[in-house]
Amino acid sequence: MMKKVFERVYLALLLIFMYAPIVTLIVLSFNSSKSRAKWGGFTLNWYVNLMSDEAVASALVNTLTIAVLATVFSTIIGTFTCIAMIGISKKMRSVIMGITNIPMINADIVTGISLMLLFRFLHLSSGFSTILLAHITFNIPFVMLSVMPRIKNMNFYVYEAALDLGASPAYAFSKTVLPDLVPGIVSGALMAFTMSLDDFIITYFTKGSGFETLSTLIYSEVKKGIKPEIYALSAIIFVVVLVLLFIVNRAPASKTNKK
Amino acid sequence: MGKDLITLEHITKSYDGTTILDDLNLSIYENSFVTLLGPSGCGKTTTLRIIGGFEKPDMGRVIFDGQDITSLAPNKRQLNTVFQKYALFTHMNIADNIAFGLKIKNKSDAYIRDKISYALKLVNLEGYENRMPDSLSGGQQQRIAIARAIVNEPKVLLLDEPLGALDLKMRQDMQYELKRLKEELGITFIYVTHDQEEALTMSDHIVVMNQGYIQQEGSPEKIYNEPENAFVADFIGDSNIIRATMVRDKLVDILGAKFDCVDTGFGENKPVDVVIRPEDVELVAPEAGTIEGVVTGLTFKGVHYEMDVMANGYEWLVHSTKLSEVGSKIGIKVDPFNIQIMNVPESEDEEAISETV
Amino acid sequence: MKLFKNKKSAYLMSSPYIAWALIFIVVPLCMVIYYGLTDSHGAMTFSNIATIAKPGYLKALRRSVVLALASTLVCFILAYPLGMILSSMKLKRNTFLVTLFILPMWMNFLLRTLTWMTLLEGKGVINTVLEFLHLPTINIINTPSAIILGMVYNFLPFMILPIYNSLSRIDDNVINAARDLGANSLQTFLRITLPLSVPGIISGITMVFIPALTTFAISTMLGGSKILLIGNVIEQEFTQLYDWHLGSGLSIVLMIFILINMVVESIFDKQGGLS
Repeated sequence: MMKKVFERVYLALLLIFMYAPIVTLIVLSFNSSKSRAKWGGFTLNWYVNLMSDEAVASALVNTLTIAVLATVFSTIIGTFTCIAMIGISKKMRSVIMGITNIPMINADIVTGISLMLLFRFLHLSSGFSTILLAHITFNIPFVMLSVMPRIKNMNFYVYEAALDLGASPAYAFSKTVLPDLVPGIVSGALMAFTMSLDDFIITYFTKGSGFETLSTLIYSEVKKGIKPEIYALSAIIFVVVLVLLFIVNRAPASKTNKK
Repeated sequence: MGKDLITLEHITKSYDGTTILDDLNLSIYENSFVTLLGPSGCGKTTTLRIIGGFEKPDMGRVIFDGQDITSLAPNKRQLNTVFQKYALFTHMNIADNIAFGLKIKNKSDAYIRDKISYALKLVNLEGYENRMPDSLSGGQQQRIAIARAIVNEPKVLLLDEPLGALDLKMRQDMQYELKRLKEELGITFIYVTHDQEEALTMSDHIVVMNQGYIQQEGSPEKIYNEPENAFVADFIGDSNIIRATMVRDKLVDILGAKFDCVDTGFGENKPVDVVIRPEDVELVAPEAGTIEGVVTGLTFKGVHYEMDVMANGYEWLVHSTKLSEVGSKIGIKVDPFNIQIMNVPESEDEEAISETV
Repeated sequence: MKLFKNKKSAYLMSSPYIAWALIFIVVPLCMVIYYGLTDSHGAMTFSNIATIAKPGYLKALRRSVVLALASTLVCFILAYPLGMILSSMKLKRNTFLVTLFILPMWMNFLLRTLTWMTLLEGKGVINTVLEFLHLPTINIINTPSAIILGMVYNFLPFMILPIYNSLSRIDDNVINAARDLGANSLQTFLRITLPLSVPGIISGITMVFIPALTTFAISTMLGGSKILLIGNVIEQEFTQLYDWHLGSGLSIVLMIFILINMVVESIFDKQGGLS
């Protein structure tokens, strides 16, 4: 019984540690006093200001565009490469996977610097395109690492059975191999999207001046001093994440329920 | 047989409102091979886990060697368990796996070394000390799990479906192995399985369970030849279970034909269930049988033929070494001794309960 | 495995990625090494790497290692009991709780750090509450403690997940078997549970230690401008001082640390898995 109580208390304390800061941020986003420590009454001003803040709006658009594009490209390239790996010699496969692992293991700061050096060397003007290239690069490993296990465990006799039953290779592939890969592809894509949204360090080194994503914008704002609008932004982001997670978790659950 | 070693008294256990065991009473004799047999969910594994100390009963007592051990922790009990899927410690080699219990008890290194080699010899795996569990086959891992348990010299070895994960050939070999081990060690084995063949092959005493109740207990011969209700008859081997009417003592009406039998005391014109084993059905010339039928199915099984015979609206299952072609007319005869009469349960609940009273 | 008519088509299909990986992974790394090993005239030199031995740089490196180790340790101490509690729970409840613990990870990394700026400031939320309760205020913003706190808060989920996964993968019957063989709870934990969770601990340590060692944002935001970590030093070389050679040289030092970390971990991993 004592053990149960201790476990509950421990869980509660850690949850408070994780969530109290976030709750504080959300509360402060409604605080009309500019001083963070005093409660000056309820206001929606910071939200209103945020809506009319063009820097935030363009950073938000940039962040989402880059995340979506990087996810799409990295998912396609990653999945195709994983499928191609089936037909490649084992040695070559381990070389490719070894290289793929580098951005995962290496420190983000080194990856960011190395890409910055490359872009400067190629005289690519820093901005949207360099960030996108960088994001695709660090996203591909996430896609491949979640698709590869599926490929390894796949039963290729099903594919051969489909061919045997008269299906064309393309049809057999889309009806047998692809459905098996879908869960891996989806989780890889989700992971890539999250990583893209959350990335700061690599973006920071490849963005150049005058182009901001949410992360880099917050970083430069914070250096100048925190504006209450940032709290409003945090609150919105948290709620959006919460809703998205809820939807993502709900979708597969309702499917399995029907079965 | 010997004296009672373990007694379960009025054991009741439920999970989330579902009753798994209901007022279970069971005595296990010293030095016997007892099998708890039943379909999945019948409560056999829960019974074993209560004996092992991994579950606490909601009500009732577990008596071990005269002492109440109901709430004693598993590590304080003088019995050891061989788990489903072996539960070997994958981060230790075979020697360390076997030595685990002995090291906990601070036995000397020399003693432990002797015990390991003795146990490995006993399970025919000499020289495997330094192998890792993952490098062994399922059957070998099973033997190690047994060796790991018996080096602690338990008074009772609990085995929870230990052969379930093995293939057929391996399972049959291990059955003999376990019987041999039981003879050599001279301790009590409590064995849980859903496989009636395993139970019949190895046990001294079988406890058939269903829905948390004991349906019947007794020697393998008794359970097989004299099932006390339709559940036991159906679960142990293939049977013809037919609703019939007891005309009077020693005469039963099966599917409209009168059969002589040996049972008495069921009253007159009372509904009963009869059990007739497929190998006890004799196929004779149509006019020589008690009832007439037509062979509708035939399968060669190696030792015998398995035939389906349609007679008086019931499809009889027949095992015979003599072949009758499909479509041929035959007669059915049953020796009076081979007709087992059982009371008809009045409700499903009673069916489960009937033998616990 | 006849998905491909011949090997050629498989290689053809993988060639775009191979080209991509060469251009965007291998070549950039080679460039870091090239810059790190040359001076501004293109002559080969080790002086960039040797700079790490200079007092200011060495201090930053030492501080980085100490803070990263400390925050990794704190994360481990917090996460292990949590992993045990979560893995002992019934499935329905624990998936919800695990999600709850990793949920903050989906919030932007900088916002997570920003919260602690707000909380810890001299006249921040925590001190206001403490003052209101007539308790002594704490002043840890712009100190190493604040940086550790920020690292722990940011990277704790990276420790929780692998530990929880490795613990929940342990078969209940393996624990039961140890109890059955006479081990008490403590012996069972030390001899069975802990060794079997080593792979999870190791990947948790990697996932916390490397980002903690190389961060510069957390130290900038919570450490003020005075506490420089090796990450800050490298960042400044590139974005303010434009000394790419020195910055690359220091990056090589960082990579050496990552390599050492990997080697140490693979040794531990082998021990955990074999002995």
